[in-house]
Amino acid sequence: MIYREAGQFKSTYAEDQQIFPIRQDRLAIGALLLVAFIVIPLAANQYWFSAILTPLLIFALAALGLNILTGYAGQLSLGTAAFMAVGAFMAYNFVLRMPWLGVIPSFILAGLCAAAVGVVFGLPSLRIKGFYLAVATLACQFFVLWALQRVGWFMNYSPSGVITAQKMVIFGYAFESPESKYLLTLVVVTVMALLAKNLVRSETGRAFMAVRDMDVAASVIGIPMMKTKLLAFAISSFYCGVAGAMYAFCYLGTVEPEAFNLDLSFRVLFMIIIGGVGSILGSFIGAAFITLLPILLSVLFGGVSHLLGVEIPHAVLSNLELIIFGALIVFFLVVEPHGLARLWQISKEKLRLWPFPH
Amino acid sequence: MKHSTITLAVAAFATAGFSGLAAAQAKEQFVPASFYWVGPYAPGGSGIAGGMLDYFKMLNTRDGGINGVKLTWEKCETEYNNARGVECYERLKKKGPTGATLIHPLSTGITYSLIEKGTADKIPIVSVGYGRTDAADGRVFPYIFPIITTYWSQNTAKIKFMGQKMGGMDKLKGAKIVNLYHGSAYGRETIPVLDAQAKIYGFQVTHIEVSHPGNEQQAQWLQIRQIQPDWVILRGWGVMNPTSLKAAQRAGYPREKIVGVWWSGAEEDVIPAGDAAKGYIAAGFNVSGANYPVVQEIQKHVYAKGQGEMEDKSRVGSIYYNRGVVFAMITTEAVRKAQERYGKGQPMTGEQVRWGLENLDMNEAYLKRLGATGFMQPLKVSCADHEGGGQVKFQQWDGKQWKVITDWISSDQKIVRPMIEASAAQYAKEKGITPRDCSKEK
Repeated sequence: MIYREAGQFKSTYAEDQQIFPIRQDRLAIGALLLVAFIVIPLAANQYWFSAILTPLLIFALAALGLNILTGYAGQLSLGTAAFMAVGAFMAYNFVLRMPWLGVIPSFILAGLCAAAVGVVFGLPSLRIKGFYLAVATLACQFFVLWALQRVGWFMNYSPSGVITAQKMVIFGYAFESPESKYLLTLVVVTVMALLAKNLVRSETGRAFMAVRDMDVAASVIGIPMMKTKLLAFAISSFYCGVAGAMYAFCYLGTVEPEAFNLDLSFRVLFMIIIGGVGSILGSFIGAAFITLLPILLSVLFGGVSHLLGVEIPHAVLSNLELIIFGALIVFFLVVEPHGLARLWQISKEKLRLWPFPH
Repeated sequence: MKHSTITLAVAAFATAGFSGLAAAQAKEQFVPASFYWVGPYAPGGSGIAGGMLDYFKMLNTRDGGINGVKLTWEKCETEYNNARGVECYERLKKKGPTGATLIHPLSTGITYSLIEKGTADKIPIVSVGYGRTDAADGRVFPYIFPIITTYWSQNTAKIKFMGQKMGGMDKLKGAKIVNLYHGSAYGRETIPVLDAQAKIYGFQVTHIEVSHPGNEQQAQWLQIRQIQPDWVILRGWGVMNPTSLKAAQRAGYPREKIVGVWWSGAEEDVIPAGDAAKGYIAAGFNVSGANYPVVQEIQKHVYAKGQGEMEDKSRVGSIYYNRGVVFAMITTEAVRKAQERYGKGQPMTGEQVRWGLENLDMNEAYLKRLGATGFMQPLKVSCADHEGGGQVKFQQWDGKQWKVITDWISSDQKIVRPMIEASAAQYAKEKGITPRDCSKEK
């Protein structure tokens, strides 16, 4: 009843091609953006900004980057954290060595550096596929961290190999408070998510999907393999690079290369698997699931043991958290192998028929 | 995106409900207990957490807290993960009537992530025996306290110990030393100071990295066998340590020539290595043993009533446990000192505790009062010097327990301090910080 497109006529091409063709979707997205940009900054406290929302958005951006490569172009990658590391370290260096550049251009240049690294390590994708490609990108993960730790220039010869993000000043305004960092992250993520949404609807995006579904057929119909695959690597790495820069500048402040280890690559991969491979929305849902659920569990457990007044050994609680988290992952994968985004898709279809299903 | 908002809403509800429970009550001093009880580093995390919280419990039952102010705490699992550590810090920093007293991040990575946040929130970040070395320069890092001994200091003490063993510092000339380190910021931290010392004393140093977590070390020990060094410095953490000792045994390298840092020198590091660990030497800023009066008091007031944190009671008095007691004593004594100035019997804010930390003077007589003579070193912190101790004892594993084999060996501040100041000055320049003038601090 509520969610039905009956009566919504499209009389121009522009209307037909808009991102959200159904009015209810447009309203929902508008409301969501309104909440994110206005209600949350007014309502949330520091804890929410710096511990929950900012990392959530940054991880969503990284997941979005990987989703473009893996979900849309079908190239499996385990190098996400390495591309993030390139972004973080290069953003630090651009701000350090070319302070007149400004923060946002530095982020963009850092993203481009990550894209360049992505293209180089994407070259094997022209010859190998699937799990074998994952192994090749694994090399990228190790090589990049190795290089960042060995070459003193990247960390400005700091003895312990860590970088400390500089102050972010944009048009004279210093982004220092958690709220301002959240808003900056939100703007970047919104713009990039919008670009991604348009990208996957464009000719390039369709070429990506053709390559994903069957690359031989794609090349037969005239899609250039090299250009498409490398472009997918470049765009994906750009997203990851910007996410890495935000991770250092808006979230942690001081980062060691070890923060971008294989573990992080896997986490981002799990985000898109759980959220939905080949779905923009899925990147956000997956990031929320992986980053928020452990925190939610730990808060809940703390609350429950507090309420019951029983002293459960903390080691048991901590392990129980991990067990439940793992069980939930398995549960969702069994219930819906295509990710949580697919569940949302199904519920939308059900809603269209409600209350009179066939 | 609906799903994410639902998750957020549920989390918001849970947080709100929970913080309502832990509502502020006066006369309480809140200390965040953000440690780790799971994962590869759990032995360290759980032991230290146990020692610290047991000492707090003991103080609460025996003395009714600090001048009548009871200690409270809330546990938070960090999994030794930066993001979780930051989340724990943010979750706990406003709890209690005065907010977090101070925080022990118990991970060098988390310490790094909290430097700016703690400074902005005015909550001292206390990293006892780990963390960012150049933060010992309190003029640039007012809220960061790498108390007792930094990695650089302990490293100079280690070289002194080697010199003593060889019969004089001049004997180090031409000696070969291998620095086997964990591939993380923690592991790399001592490379510059070792290089500086190598120049001064004329020994050769080779840095060999073991990548995290360190359960594969064949290649490294092959290389060590080719070098045939006089000493191997083991800068490991967690599972890397027993693996190293076993690999050393296989490579036929004498364990008496391996000297570990304190994060490589607990019972948990040697027992899994079995026989291979016998003779291995490690530095320590605290010793093991349950026969110190302070540990006895905990036994009497906490464990006798069945309220102890440790499920495995045999770990009471182990290296990690005792280290947790050291963490606790620094915390409580800093609060006590702050109370002397800002009001006895009142809960202290982070800013006031910072003053307490900067004016902490735990001399021998003070330690005797605490029942900790020989348990930890005398400590005198100041505005400029956030380290305050800088001494190390060396202990050897005899197959059953750690035996202390030296007295406190002091570090070489002539080498370390200029390096700390130079590094801190570079940080200040990068971040645009004007260092404090310590003569104006009251």
